[in-house]
Amino acid sequence: MIAIVDYGAGNFNSVKKAFAHLGADVVVTARPEIVAAADKIVLPGVGHFSALGALDNTGLRDAVLQGASAGKPFLGICLGMQWLFEGSDEAPELAGAGIFAGRCRQFPSSVKSPHVGWNSLAVRQGSRLLSDVAPESFVYYTHSFQAPVVAATTAATEYGTQFSAVVERGNIFGVQFHPEKSWNVGLLMLKNFCEAGF
Amino acid sequence: MLTKRIIACLDMDGGRVVKGVQFVNLRDAGDPVECATAHARDGADEIVLLDITATSGKRQTMLDVVRRTARCLFIPFTVGGGIRELADAAAVFEAGADKIAINSAAVKDPTLIGRIAARFGSQAVVVAIDARRVAGSSNSFEVVVAGGRIPTGRDAIQWAREAAACGAGEIMLTSMDRDGTKAGFDCELTQMVADAVSIPVIASGGAGSAQHFIEVFRNGRADAALAASIFHFGLENIGQLKRELQAANLPVRWPC
Repeated sequence: MIAIVDYGAGNFNSVKKAFAHLGADVVVTARPEIVAAADKIVLPGVGHFSALGALDNTGLRDAVLQGASAGKPFLGICLGMQWLFEGSDEAPELAGAGIFAGRCRQFPSSVKSPHVGWNSLAVRQGSRLLSDVAPESFVYYTHSFQAPVVAATTAATEYGTQFSAVVERGNIFGVQFHPEKSWNVGLLMLKNFCEAGF
Repeated sequence: MLTKRIIACLDMDGGRVVKGVQFVNLRDAGDPVECATAHARDGADEIVLLDITATSGKRQTMLDVVRRTARCLFIPFTVGGGIRELADAAAVFEAGADKIAINSAAVKDPTLIGRIAARFGSQAVVVAIDARRVAGSSNSFEVVVAGGRIPTGRDAIQWAREAAACGAGEIMLTSMDRDGTKAGFDCELTQMVADAVSIPVIASGGAGSAQHFIEVFRNGRADAALAASIFHFGLENIGQLKRELQAANLPVRWPC
């Protein structure tokens, strides 16, 4: 069973619908014990980084981190991916999971912000999440802050700067774009996540 | 590279698509779910469902259409028409829309923008602005509401700035002078708004050829362009439009 973590912000239903479309057994839940019982964990999110503070107050943060360190496949989407880093300038008081080094920052002033629309991936290294995904595929973004390119970055995107589009290390996956809104390319990545086993 | 979006708009009345697009191989050409998915297959970057009746008695019909469309549409999906308060927006999001478009209600009460954005995020709030060129003026545009029937006396550029400051995520800008004319987008209006705000601007009104899209992206600095009846001017499908944009060196999502 895939648990989509509901911390009270964002449109979790579209992520659920995409997994359901793929035939996955999926629930949206705000209960730490259901997250703990799941085989796979998805942390979606859109909006302000401070919304992730709700994870800390509800016991969800521990449930998610324990599942991830136990080797369960974990997918962070948009804010959920940014959370994998140390933090974000959008809400400096809030700690991310710190699984990847670096902080999320605003785009340089040379480009309009937010970054909204379809942009292309530049695949940098082999990735299970990107298995069978064409190297310069287009994906749908909507965000104002971006995560740096790190060793775990398997695909980057260019918008005023190079930022992490996909990060992957062991059982931990993160995507800055919205696979649930990225047509067949995004569905393929979600299917790859469904099939990721350890 | 960030691409220029092509947005297909379906005008709906009582749960049926009314501004027709003649698809082949559709069981029911008036069914919004079939039309939306056909556009997505053809290469549309985004779908807008606009409820042009928006009378309260038909809200449930519209919500049902949104629900059925959202179930099988995996590209961004905006719903507009008849959203007057936060509860209307919440019902549309609950049914599966990614973004809502508000127009007259935002002009009447700009705080509505911030209230919806606070709950669902700015990325989910599109403020639709209908603008008309002020008679005798070369570069002054007035906001009109109620399908262009009621002038508001507000300056369109100033209103776009205010909407962005209130928390709008995108501006959907329709030239009422060009709407339905197929004479091309109003590039001057689009460029003035695009330069005034940092959020994306969707140009609308006047699409008649691929050249018009090229002009509004180059000269109007639009981030996206919307058309309701893209097939009516002799293009086979959105893919063909995108190939022509690509040939003009504009970044588009193609092939997709």
